[in-house]
This record gives sequence, C-alpha cells and structure tokens, in this order.
Amino acid sequence: MSGALVVAFLVAAGVYLVLQRGVVRLALGFVLLGHAANVLLVLSGGSARRGVPLADASRAPSADPLPQAFALTAIVIGFAMTAFLLALAYRARDVVGEDDVEIEEDSS
Amino acid sequence: MRHLLGLVVAAPLVAASAAVVLRHRVPWPRVFGFAAIGAQLVMAVLLVRATASGGVVALRVGDWPAPFAITLAADLFSALMLLVAAAMVAVCTAFAVARGDDHQAFFYPLVLVLSAGVAGAFVTADLFNLFVFFELMLIASYVLLTLGGRIGQLRAGTVYVSVNLLASTLFLIAVAVMYGVTGTVNMAALATEVSRSGAATFAGALLLVSFGMKASLVPVHGWLPVSYPQAPPSIAALFSGLLTKVGVYALFRVYSIVFAGEASFRPVLLVVAGATMLLGVFGAVGRDGMREILSFHIVSQVGYMIMGLGLFGTLGLAGGIFYVLHHIVVKTSLFLVAGAVESEEGTGVLDRLGGIALRRPWLAASFAVAAFSLAGLPPFSGFFAKLALVRAAVEDGAYAIAAVSILVSFFTLFSMLKIWNGVFWGEAPQASRERVRGARSLVAPAAVLAAASVVMGLAADRMLVLSRTAATVLMESRPYVEAVLGGAS
Repeated sequence: MSGALVVAFLVAAGVYLVLQRGVVRLALGFVLLGHAANVLLVLSGGSARRGVPLADASRAPSADPLPQAFALTAIVIGFAMTAFLLALAYRARDVVGEDDVEIEEDSS
Repeated sequence: MRHLLGLVVAAPLVAASAAVVLRHRVPWPRVFGFAAIGAQLVMAVLLVRATASGGVVALRVGDWPAPFAITLAADLFSALMLLVAAAMVAVCTAFAVARGDDHQAFFYPLVLVLSAGVAGAFVTADLFNLFVFFELMLIASYVLLTLGGRIGQLRAGTVYVSVNLLASTLFLIAVAVMYGVTGTVNMAALATEVSRSGAATFAGALLLVSFGMKASLVPVHGWLPVSYPQAPPSIAALFSGLLTKVGVYALFRVYSIVFAGEASFRPVLLVVAGATMLLGVFGAVGRDGMREILSFHIVSQVGYMIMGLGLFGTLGLAGGIFYVLHHIVVKTSLFLVAGAVESEEGTGVLDRLGGIALRRPWLAASFAVAAFSLAGLPPFSGFFAKLALVRAAVEDGAYAIAAVSILVSFFTLFSMLKIWNGVFWGEAPQASRERVRGARSLVAPAAVLAAASVVMGLAADRMLVLSRTAATVLMESRPYVEAVLGGAS
C-alpha cells in the first residue's frame, strides 16, 4: 500500500514537471518518472510475492533479487538519460539564452 | 552458430570503444567502424542461412537455467531484420563518408552503439533486455540527432527525447507489472501467461502502447515528422530505415509470441493501422520540404506493416514482413536522395529546387525507382508487398482496410509526383543555376538501394517464400518457445 502511494506520488509529480516548459524541468520530471518505475520494479519482487529463485528455500524469507538487478540497470540508464537532457539544457542556454527551446527565434 | 547471436551485438560495441579511444588517429575510427559493420553483415547472412528453413537459434548466456538466463534467440524474421539493418548502417555510413559527416569526433562510436542496440533488440528473447537494447539504440540516436547543436536540432531533440523517454518509462512500468504478476520477463515463458490474468494482459497492452509510440503509430506519431527533418542527412537516412522499424519488430514479436495473436486485439490493430496510413499520407500533402514529406510517409508506411500484423494470418504476416524489409530499403534510399540534393543545392524546399533530372540523371533515376516502389507500382518490391497485404485482407473479409490501403497508395504516388515535379522536373531556379560540384559517391548509396528494390521486386517469389517461412515461425510460436526454454540448444 505504502509502495503504491509512493509510486502514485512520484508519477503525479513527474507528469506535472514533464508538462512544464523548459528542459531542466523536463529532465527533473523524467528523473521522478524513472524513480517511480524503479520503485515499481523493486516492489514487483517483494518477499510478499515470491521467494528467491535458484536457491534452496530453507533460508529465511528474502526478496527476489532479479527485479533489484533490473532496477539497478534501469537506474544507470536513467542516469545517462538525465545527463543527456541536462547537456541539452546547457546547450540550449548557450544558443537561446534560456532553457526553453520553444521560445520564438527566427533562425531555425 | 548460436554464439553469433552474442557476437552480432558485441562486435560493434567493442569496435565502438576502440573508436572512442583512437578517435583522433584519423583512419582508425573509420577502419573499426567498417570492420564491425562488415562483420555484422557476414554474421547476419550466416544467421539467415541457419534459420531459412524455419529453425530457431538460441543462446542462453552463461548457461543459466531457462527462464533466468539472458536468452538471445533468432528466427528467420530476426535474422532478416538483422541483415537489412546491417546493410542500411553500411550504406548510410558510406554516404556519411561521402558527405564528410564522419569527421565528427564521435560519429563512428555513436553509429556503432546504435547498430549494437538495434541488433540486440532483434535477437533478445527477454523483455528487460529488449528495454536495455532500446535504450542503447535511443541514447545513441539522441546524440546523433542533436550533434550539431543548432536551435532547430535542439527543438527537435527535445521533442524526440521526451516522447521516447516517456515511451521507455511506460515500457519499464509494463516490465515491472509483468514481472510482479508472472514472475518472469522471458518472452517464451510469458507465451501462455497473458491469456491467464487480467493484470498480465494490462501489462502486455502497456507494452504494445509503448512500442506503438516508438513505431510512431497514430495517435502518437507527432514526434517523428518534427524531428527527422532536423537531423543531419546521413543520420536522418539511418533513422528512417531503422528506428521506427525496431518498434514495429517489437510489436510483431510481442504480439505473436506473448499474446499468441490474441484475436480480440485485432480490430484495434487494424483501426490503428488504417488511421496511421491515412493521417500519415494526409500530413505529407501540406508539406513543402523533401524530408518533411518523406518523414510523414514513414508514418503512413508503418500503418501497412501493422495492417499485416492485425490480419495475423500466414499471408498477412508474410506481407507485413516483406513490407518491413522493402520499406527499410526504399525509405533509406529516398532519404539518401534527399540528403544528396540538400548537400548539393543547399536546401530541400521544393519551391527553391528544380531541373535536377537534367543535371543529375542518376540521382533522379534512383528517386524515381524508389518513389514508384514506395507507392507500390509493379515491378518494384513495394507492389508485391502491397499485393500480399491486400490479398490477405480480402481473403480475411477485411474489405475496409484493403480499400484504405489502396487509397493511400494513390495519395503516396501523388506525393511522390509532387516531389518529382518540384525537385527534378522543370526549370532550375536562378540561384542554383550555376553548376554545383556533384560527387558520384553521394549518388551511389541511394542508387544501390534503389537497385536493391528492383532486385527484390524481380525476385519477389523468393522474397515471399522467405517472408512466408518467417511468418509461419512467428505464428506457430512453438518452435521459438521451445528453442528459448528447451534444454538442447
């Protein structure tokens, strides 16, 4: 339940930011959306759902590590995307003067 | 043979790292680039030969037991896509060399990473790895699109990146829900799961939506026509052939393996296909630049592929697969012609061009062949692909989609004639009257691909046999599932 609320909050905040103008806000929005997906990934392997694959079941209950590995990979990919978006915002500041690339400019 | 599946992804990645390290030593990046692309081509040919009789090659990396291993698998459809994709990378890179685009410091590493991502997406048998390879391909494409840093490119890049990131986030959410419900992301292991629970069907539908965004299906197609015209010409040609088609491939794969062709989705797919064809072709009518028009036609053509998927019979799927292969070749050829015109005349706007047919007959001939093929005139490849699709639709009783597809063909022809009249026919405008230096090497890539379309048209029976085998493997889905999960291979 608490996990679902966290995901819901992150998605709401992320969608709000993505719908704003400006590349920095876009980047932050996608950071939040990416976190929502990562939390969901970790939740999908919670110990309430299933145990560890490929290990003897006699151990104390522990969470499925596979989705955690997925989340780790997704975090790294998300980091690369964030870095790229911020570089885009930086470049936009050089060219347009601010990070809003939709601003009127006659050169194209 | 099965180790080729790993190598086809690894070779370009290794070459990309080498090209990064040696990026200032002039011939080396080019050497690594072409060596890796050549190796990919050879491996793709070998894989096509290995799967041509309907077999499936599978590799479980590290020999972990079935649903947990990273599984790579190729059936004939994957192998054919690999082959065509590698060929397009080779041709577009040759074009970039002719234009001098490849002098950008990171050109070869980026193209190689893109190519590794595309190859990985074609051979993976696992949803999460599909996500990873998609991202690999996309991150390279983000950088290639915005490499020049002009304001137009930044604008296009922002739209392109945000739509694709949104689609990727949806994809990741779908993977998480799918794993939460079923406990696996292996496509073969999922093959029977989707029909069992509503939550798994929801996750699957989310997957289809996210692939639809990447394939630029209506109503989520708006990002493509605004971003492709802004990329450098050689990059736009590469994108036009590869990127949306990876989305189409994923739709084919997931719908046929994970959904097993679930009948209740077919009307939706057909409606989307029809809307995509119509809106794409009408969007092109009002445009006045070569690449703007051609970009809208990518949208319209993706509709035909999805029409094949929506019919989901052997003939329909075979038509869809033939159409994908034909489209990649022809569309890349058209974009290369547009790129050559822009390089020589300095603009792609129809009003400011004219009379190129007299000055550059080979360029004009390449355009004419590719354009007729795109519109579906015999004896070019597009005619046979469309014929197969329309026949499948009529046999299936889906007359509406058949009618739409024929109608759209006429509008496509009209659009191509508009480019022909504006660019190749008529008087050259005053400004560009002085003879521009025309390099043969700029025309050759487009001409080679136009010739390939003619060959595919002349060898249409052979192509149809191949597509039909690929379609049969996709439809049965059992050989694929057994190869991925089974013990032997």
